[in-house]
Amino acid sequence: MSSEHSGSLGHSGTLREYVTGFALAVTLTAIPFWLVMAHTFGRSSTTAAVILVLASVQIVVHMVYFLHMNTRSEGGWTLLALLFTVMLVVIALSGSIWVMSHLNDNMMPAAMHGMGTMHDMHHMHDMP
Amino acid sequence: MSSESASPADGAEAPRYYSLHEHHPENGTLLGFWLYLMSDCLVFACLFAVYAVLGRNYAGGPTGRELFDLPVVAVNTSLLLLSSITYGFVMLHVQAKRLVPALVWLGITGLLGAGFIYLEMREFAHFIGNGAGPQRSAFLSAFFTLVGTHGLHVTFGIIWLVTLMVQLVTHGLTPANERRLMCLSMFWHFLDVVWIGVFTVVYLMGVLT
Amino acid sequence: MLNHTSLTTLLLGRLTWDALPLHEPIILYTFVGVAAGGIAIFGAITYHRLWGILWRDWITSIDHKRIGIMYIILGLIMLLRGFSDALMMRAQQAVAFGDSAGFLPPHHYDQVFTAHGVIMIFFVAMPLVTGLMNFVVPLQIGARDVAFPFLNNFSFWMTACGAVLVMMSLFVGEFARTGWLALPPLSGIKFSPDVGVDYYIWSLQIAGVGTLLSGINLIATIVKMRAPGMTLMKMPIFTWTALCTNVLIVAAFPVLTAVLALLSLDRYVGTNFFTNELGGNAMMYVNLIWIWGHPEVYILILPAFGVFSEIVSTFCGKRLFGYASMVYATVVITILSYLVWLHHFFTMGSGASVNSFFGITTMIISIPTGAKIFNWLFTMYRGRIRFELPMLWTMGFMFTFTIGGMTGVLLAVPPADFALHNSLFLVAHFHNVIIGGVLFGMLAGINYWFPKAFGFKLDAFWGKCSFWLWLSGFWFAFMPLYVLGLMGVTRRLSHFDDPSLQIWFEIAAFGAALIFLGILCFIIQLVVSFLHREELRDVTGDPWDGRTLEWSTASPPPVYNFAFTPIVHDNDTWADMKKNHYARPQAGFIPIHLPKNTAAGFVIATLSAICGFAVIWHMWLPAAAAFAAMLVAVIVHTFNYDRDTHLSADEVRKIEGSRTALLAGHV
Repeated sequence: MSSEHSGSLGHSGTLREYVTGFALAVTLTAIPFWLVMAHTFGRSSTTAAVILVLASVQIVVHMVYFLHMNTRSEGGWTLLALLFTVMLVVIALSGSIWVMSHLNDNMMPAAMHGMGTMHDMHHMHDMP
Repeated sequence: MSSESASPADGAEAPRYYSLHEHHPENGTLLGFWLYLMSDCLVFACLFAVYAVLGRNYAGGPTGRELFDLPVVAVNTSLLLLSSITYGFVMLHVQAKRLVPALVWLGITGLLGAGFIYLEMREFAHFIGNGAGPQRSAFLSAFFTLVGTHGLHVTFGIIWLVTLMVQLVTHGLTPANERRLMCLSMFWHFLDVVWIGVFTVVYLMGVLT
Repeated sequence: MLNHTSLTTLLLGRLTWDALPLHEPIILYTFVGVAAGGIAIFGAITYHRLWGILWRDWITSIDHKRIGIMYIILGLIMLLRGFSDALMMRAQQAVAFGDSAGFLPPHHYDQVFTAHGVIMIFFVAMPLVTGLMNFVVPLQIGARDVAFPFLNNFSFWMTACGAVLVMMSLFVGEFARTGWLALPPLSGIKFSPDVGVDYYIWSLQIAGVGTLLSGINLIATIVKMRAPGMTLMKMPIFTWTALCTNVLIVAAFPVLTAVLALLSLDRYVGTNFFTNELGGNAMMYVNLIWIWGHPEVYILILPAFGVFSEIVSTFCGKRLFGYASMVYATVVITILSYLVWLHHFFTMGSGASVNSFFGITTMIISIPTGAKIFNWLFTMYRGRIRFELPMLWTMGFMFTFTIGGMTGVLLAVPPADFALHNSLFLVAHFHNVIIGGVLFGMLAGINYWFPKAFGFKLDAFWGKCSFWLWLSGFWFAFMPLYVLGLMGVTRRLSHFDDPSLQIWFEIAAFGAALIFLGILCFIIQLVVSFLHREELRDVTGDPWDGRTLEWSTASPPPVYNFAFTPIVHDNDTWADMKKNHYARPQAGFIPIHLPKNTAAGFVIATLSAICGFAVIWHMWLPAAAAFAAMLVAVIVHTFNYDRDTHLSADEVRKIEGSRTALLAGHV
């Protein structure tokens, strides 16, 4: 009962694609390791930003060359699913960081003396 | 609703509302497995979020800079990356219906994966032996869980790989087995994608601060 | 060397005779009752020699129709348990004022409200919703089954095993006392060292696997298995809401899995994710659990919206007004549901900028829902409305849910929420939308599709009694809670000092009693309908003059659903077919491929429940053995390549022939 279509996942790899992807991935791995181990940039925040960008690029390389991600596979549903997932990952990561850093600023002990009577930790007071 | 018979054998045109032939819906296994991988992505996203929030809470204990041995991480990364291309070779042989070379490259992939797990276990044991276990601080809890969950996935992948090798020997390159190989391929590459995030965010950035 | 004590510890963990509730009369009598009932049922099945049929036709069935029915049965049984918890809470809160401590000490009261929430969300609402989608969607899209029938069976048994674990906590050990979300640090090992939170974690993790796989299954089904000609914009609206619901499931449940895993690591391994010391941050749990929790409530409500859309168009005899806008509204709700989660903890202290952002997104998400309500109203306008039971439930929903939704928009305003967070106003709001929306939707759907599933309608009189008792009972039970909440009364209290509040709780208890009668009438409705099934028989397969494909099949449909795959030309496919004098084929049948039944799902799920129980009680050896057995069972199952069977053309002809005879006899 199976009917495989061209362009379905995993079916359209060639040797050249795999080798190209591998070469790109090796390069995109070696550079960040070198940048960090050799302390190339003065500021660590620059290094962090660069290696994050390189990591994103390498993820795309993996998607295209190893996972054969394209707009045709499964009628476009795999790409749609991936984009939706990426959107949610971005929301969950950035949302959590935003929310938690604001919480830290407002609620950690150093900030408490400025808060007056705000002891609103509902989830902590109903202990047996 | 009328119930007159409309026998299709009397040369009439094809019925408008139903198909006389067996309808084969497209196989959904690859899409289904991709959706599972997306859900796994979200599990890792949570673990990354937890690492992002708690990852600098050292509680006076050891930091990433003190603990991480980047050359070993580089070796580990190479093993996993190599295993990705060896699995690529597996799929090329499968497409060309060459069973024995496919099995050989599967075996090599499994061994590379096992090497990755071995090095990772050694790293964990080393940390734990030096009082830097998952209980020491929130940073270490997040570290062990994120890296450990990835390692668990690789381990299950290896078990799956071995099982599939046995099934290839017993049943050959059937359509069902080819689908399973494609699913394992997606799984294996996906694990390498997650590792890119891990070595960047955990190890490299952990050493930077 | 392993001496006797350490072997006992490895085998029995912390399980001792103390775990049995021998000193608690309420639980003891409940256990006796349940055991007696269980023995009676087992005895009846044995006496009538039904075990074979039960095993072959239900437990090992991979038929989506059977699995859907089993989900709904599970949900309805758990409704009785969850509602018993509600009755106990209402009773306690109606009497426990001043010197009277009521009959439930806080130690028990806390377990009751925790169990009530967990059971109602995870083991009533989710199974009912999943069951309806499972039964209806393949029929609506013209398919023979879902994309992964074995996985479907496995998913059901995982959910059922999660429910079994929760029920076991009543008799062996205790349940969590933390509220239905088990927030740390209270749920951490330091403040809840007993088994309660562990029961919570493992029952949800096991059920969660089932739910996630079910989500993947239904998405693949809808994407891949629609009948030829059924483009996305020609799908029935219930199928659209099912698609979006399952996208939400796949996108949200992994977060729950991850968070509960982290909590269990804190409890079992001593990590510091959510502890107060060594760098933990309990607020991160709250953040993550609500990233799951908000999409979860949309998972519950979207299928209900789908049910109402189908019912409104059927019982008004008209195409649904604004089909495209309904689809867009559903998709927008799906995406926006990921942008509102912080409104559950405005008061935790993220500050004005964060609170404002999420307050505004929360208000925005009410807009597509409002659009849906207008579409239903416009469908009813100038329609020929038939006030059958499903339509009554729908109208009860429109009134009740709209008000509940409005109180939600009120709570979306952070300054208002600062006064109302965790008050009884909040409790009233979410019961307003969940009962008015989800529960009314499920009861509407059950009444609507029951004849399709069983071949006879449900009795209208007892159904109407049930409806009016539910509707009035809900308002009597929850209006007082709005008042109390506005007066500042906090949720989850088992005792009050201010006697002036008592009257409100007494009214609420009266409302709960009405709902109890409503549930009783529903049970009577089921019994009476079964006894009168010949008079209520649905012969044509289309008792309501329906508009979608499921009504073209027999009631109940044959195992293969459709003898020939339908070809779709328009929305409201069945209405289109009827309008064009569709003639049902009576010859030329072909053999049909079907998947085989299997015991693997039941076996693996049972092993996982055993593993869960063992992990809860720290019985490490049995846990390891059960886990290993699970792995072996899974691998063994993958060696089974012989998964298909087929029905011969002759057998199909016989089944279709008997339907032809039935239809002819009916005329």
